Amino acid sequence: MALTEENPGYKWVGTRPIRPDGLEKVTGKAQFGADLALPGMLYGRIVRSPHAHARIVSIDTSAAESMPGVKAVVTGSDFPDLAANGAHPSAIDVSHNAIARDKVLYDGHVVAAVAAVTREQAAAAANAIEVAYEVLPHVLTVDEAMAENAPLLHEGMITKGVEPTPEQPSNVASRLTHERGDLEQGFGEADVVVEQEFTTKPVHQGYIEPHAAVADANSDGRANIWCSSQGHFQMRADTASVLGVSQGTLKVTAAEIGGGFGGKTVIYLEPIAVRLSQRAGRPVKLVMDRDEVFRATGPTSGTRMKVKMGVSNDGKLTAAEVWMAFEAGAYAGSPVGAAGMTVLAAYDIPHFLVEGYDVVCNKPRVAAYRAPGAPQAAFAVESVLDELARGIDMDPIDLRLANAAVEGTQAAYGPKFPRIGFVETLEAIKEHPNYTTELGPNQGRGVAAGFWFNAGMSSSATVHVNENGTATVVTGSPDIGGSRQSMALMAAEELGIPYESIKPVVADTETVGFTDVTGGSRVTLATGAAVVDACRIVIEDLRARAAKTWDVELDQVEWVDGQAQHVEGSQPPLSLNDLAAKSARTGGPISANASLNARGVGAAFSTQVCDVEVDPETGVTQVVRYLTAQDAGRAISPDYVEGQMQGGVVQGIGWGLNEEYVYDQNGNMENPSFLDYRMPVASDLPMIECCVVEVPNPAHPYGVRGVGEVGIVPPMAALGNAIKDATGVRMTELPMSPIKVLEALNEQSD
Amino acid sequence: MAKVYFSAGLREFTGGVSQVQVQASNVRRLVAALDDMFPGIGERLSEGSSVAIDGEILTDADFESVPEDAEVHFLDILQGG
Repeated sequence: MALTEENPGYKWVGTRPIRPDGLEKVTGKAQFGADLALPGMLYGRIVRSPHAHARIVSIDTSAAESMPGVKAVVTGSDFPDLAANGAHPSAIDVSHNAIARDKVLYDGHVVAAVAAVTREQAAAAANAIEVAYEVLPHVLTVDEAMAENAPLLHEGMITKGVEPTPEQPSNVASRLTHERGDLEQGFGEADVVVEQEFTTKPVHQGYIEPHAAVADANSDGRANIWCSSQGHFQMRADTASVLGVSQGTLKVTAAEIGGGFGGKTVIYLEPIAVRLSQRAGRPVKLVMDRDEVFRATGPTSGTRMKVKMGVSNDGKLTAAEVWMAFEAGAYAGSPVGAAGMTVLAAYDIPHFLVEGYDVVCNKPRVAAYRAPGAPQAAFAVESVLDELARGIDMDPIDLRLANAAVEGTQAAYGPKFPRIGFVETLEAIKEHPNYTTELGPNQGRGVAAGFWFNAGMSSSATVHVNENGTATVVTGSPDIGGSRQSMALMAAEELGIPYESIKPVVADTETVGFTDVTGGSRVTLATGAAVVDACRIVIEDLRARAAKTWDVELDQVEWVDGQAQHVEGSQPPLSLNDLAAKSARTGGPISANASLNARGVGAAFSTQVCDVEVDPETGVTQVVRYLTAQDAGRAISPDYVEGQMQGGVVQGIGWGLNEEYVYDQNGNMENPSFLDYRMPVASDLPMIECCVVEVPNPAHPYGVRGVGEVGIVPPMAALGNAIKDATGVRMTELPMSPIKVLEALNEQSD
Repeated sequence: MAKVYFSAGLREFTGGVSQVQVQASNVRRLVAALDDMFPGIGERLSEGSSVAIDGEILTDADFESVPEDAEVHFLDILQGG
């Protein structure tokens, strides 16, 4: 189902052709990070900390170095001390997260690595490395980390954003606030006030493909890296920083990627693989297993949040007060900043205060995960909104419609919104039959909404016209969500040639201009705009060549349906094929580059409704019906847009009902496998129904907004609200697992 | 002149001032003018902020024009997934 404001009559944009990467993936030919093999390649193995917090007293690698097949061993001392070099604190954190120096800060933190001829030899040598630790007390949650006299992870961490500046260090990296109006006045105008406290656990992006990297270092100081990442230019920059070398010495090629969701915007294996390769003089492959992925790569934050909101009897929100503390893991940088900006962004609230804290603790450093920070924040606020709607006996969608941000609304994070489609997503849900379908026994219905900024940033593209009139579209955006198809569709639309005549390619860091990561839902917007720009340069060139051929002025030539036409029809048209075949006679090969820092970012909104059935005997929540409506701006590739919407919802369902990092009292993760870390599988779920709302972004040539993230923002609250509707119990802790639901039901009956 | 609004987090640089009016043709000159008014804020804005001009959020937009009556907000740089 799609709701479209206008029908622009596109020939290719908005169609559902066969995906360009489909054949290679279904036949097993696609080369993922772990698939590459080079002559003489060694296998690497990482040695990881078994402690949540400990000082490294000594590392003895002598036994490992003398073992059969071992060609290289590295520890933190093999990497430059960026702090001594005056590097930016964030670069130091990246380096120390890649391999520990004096202290380990979480279970799984890298302390050493080996490379050997076989995997077995590498594993045996890793086991032979002796690390002496002085175990230190640890903190695992924001409550423990913020407690008075808590053990400190970083003895120099002084909280930013607090006046006056604290004199003593703490585990709180920073504090942020957003405020407007007068809270006392706002709550005074409310007829109903609801105040609740929420907690969420760290959850992992759960990409199926573990991290993998192959490095091949040359004796001249240069190195090639093949890795699974969302941004090989970012990998190049961060790897160069950790190694203390120029970016120009590294060439990074993006492998096919088996999921990322934000978690593959971070380096882990790359600098270690390069250093091992340099030491060994041979290529080195490093591949994580699932245990390593869970223990040592970034999940998103666990949180504690308090939300107080007021509403008048006519449904107008009068005030909101939000306090939130986000786990950053071992180093500063949780997404609490984005959480603070998004938490109230969907609504027009006259009086509010948002206060947030970025808190370090002895868990893996958090990494981005779809709309970082927004899902946790929405779980809290959208749950309270549900209580407010109940408090004034108002339909939950009507409450949201009465307060929804529209064009011109001053967003809680500052600027006024341009044209947005939040209201349209609310109306789409309200008008859908799912919203009024009769519920069965023990079933309940929940609604929630979400907001995400989307991003622009830098992208580059090159378009080559081949001799036969086909075209190659080259970008630097690793394809994690169908971007190759979107690029091909937009190029086909621009050039006027069939989609099948376009070959989209993701090039390495030496073959295409700089491109920021595939993240922030930015690629179809920003890289797409670069592709469109490059195509338009090509078209101008083609018009000029046709004018030259016909010996007419340029303004006598127009480009229509993939061919040059004389405006007065006095010349037979010249197709792209005709012009390409004779390109040497008209100036040489036809090719164009475009690079840009994208403008015109269009915000995304999603509204979702789900029906659940709660088993009162077991506490198991079964999702029986789920509908998501999302403003895509324009769905260039509807198949992929729906896939992004469905994927976000499914991940949100896992986050809401099952997923969590479980730690023992020593700070060791107890469930680092897919057997014990329960993500939803197809048989757990109903079909996720999609309603693609299209309110075109006026600032993009095809109206694109970006669709990859906002879909994961509402599900946890939608589920909690449905459970409330089914049982009368308000769940305030994630995950809403059977045991917790059962406990809540039992407390209710007591 | 453009109206520049400071988030609560930036007001530590402005002594609590939440809004000023500044004449500047582009973002870089705007930041320089703000740094003259509130020493130290320039580095903070240059390193750790996006800018929203009349609602459009931009990153690394030093030479973006600032219209005569523009509404300008500086925002924390965001990380997407």
